Amino acid sequence: MTGNSKQKKEEKAKKEMVRDLVIFGITLAATLILLMEFPDRRGAVISTSWNFFLEMILILPAVMVLLGLFAVFVPKEAVVKYLGKTSGIKGIFLAILLGALPTGPLYVAFPIAAALLKKGAKISNIILFLSAWACIKIPQEMVELQFLGLRFMLARLILTVIFVIIMAFIIEWIMEWDDTGGVKNAV
Amino acid sequence: MNTTAIAINGIAIVSFLIAFFNDKEKAKKSLKIAGKSFVRMFPMVLTIILIIGLLLGFVPPHQISKFIGEQSGIGGVLLIGALGALMHIPALLSFPLAASLLESGASVTAVAAFITTLTMIGMVTLPLEIKELGKKMALLRNGISFVIAIIIALIMGAIL
Repeated sequence: MTGNSKQKKEEKAKKEMVRDLVIFGITLAATLILLMEFPDRRGAVISTSWNFFLEMILILPAVMVLLGLFAVFVPKEAVVKYLGKTSGIKGIFLAILLGALPTGPLYVAFPIAAALLKKGAKISNIILFLSAWACIKIPQEMVELQFLGLRFMLARLILTVIFVIIMAFIIEWIMEWDDTGGVKNAV
Repeated sequence: MNTTAIAINGIAIVSFLIAFFNDKEKAKKSLKIAGKSFVRMFPMVLTIILIIGLLLGFVPPHQISKFIGEQSGIGGVLLIGALGALMHIPALLSFPLAASLLESGASVTAVAAFITTLTMIGMVTLPLEIKELGKKMALLRNGISFVIAIIIALIMGAIL
């Protein structure tokens, strides 16, 4: 990564932090006003917020450590390298697995997917990769387990994998069916 | 501290120790990244937690269940699914929010629809997705994702 883009990224992060702090300030002010106007609600609001805060703070540092480890030990370049040249069942599993690694928010995945597309990776694998990146991330599953329980988490995970695979093939079919009249890159 | 929290912390500690003995420098770097992401996320965590407190403290469960409860039907599911597609909050924070909705009378279907559209569909990031992957692929992905999110949610509601 060049120094310039890194600097840009830092600037963007700073801006987002300021924005988030402003939003928090507004929410806090609104909460305080509401609690002053409605003293009878104080107990419920404070105890609910406190309980959710505890549940969050017990797992968030651990989730962040895992995110940090993955960011350093599994660089994005490795993802591109592996996904660019696989296909079949192996490709399906690899696309989901690589997407599920905790490596940043969805918009980070778009340029990677674009690069893969140019390299000739299958459309279905790209869609699988993007979808796994969006909603089958390992740390997400952990937080889901914590707040919604094992049954909910597992049911949603299994259904998501099944339907995402179906979607990937539908999109590939539509894209290729549309392309048959034009120039199709068969490599 | 519940079992899930203990397990997650255990996994994190063991993974970190393995990483540390393999490559101290890299392990230190990951801790730094972890600290930074934690600080960056913290204001949003506090905001969501306040919103959850207000939601459960002020909005009566029968109001929530009227819109997104068992009796609200497919309309409620589509409504909260659309809300999830429009909202732009980190997925990690959608789970406590979802849990609080569930606690206050929302149906499993509605909550599953909310989380699934929230994570899979990004209206805010759609322009970027179009730029990188082309209009057709981006619109197909987001559109079909919405449909399968609703199907997943309906099945979840039926089996849980």
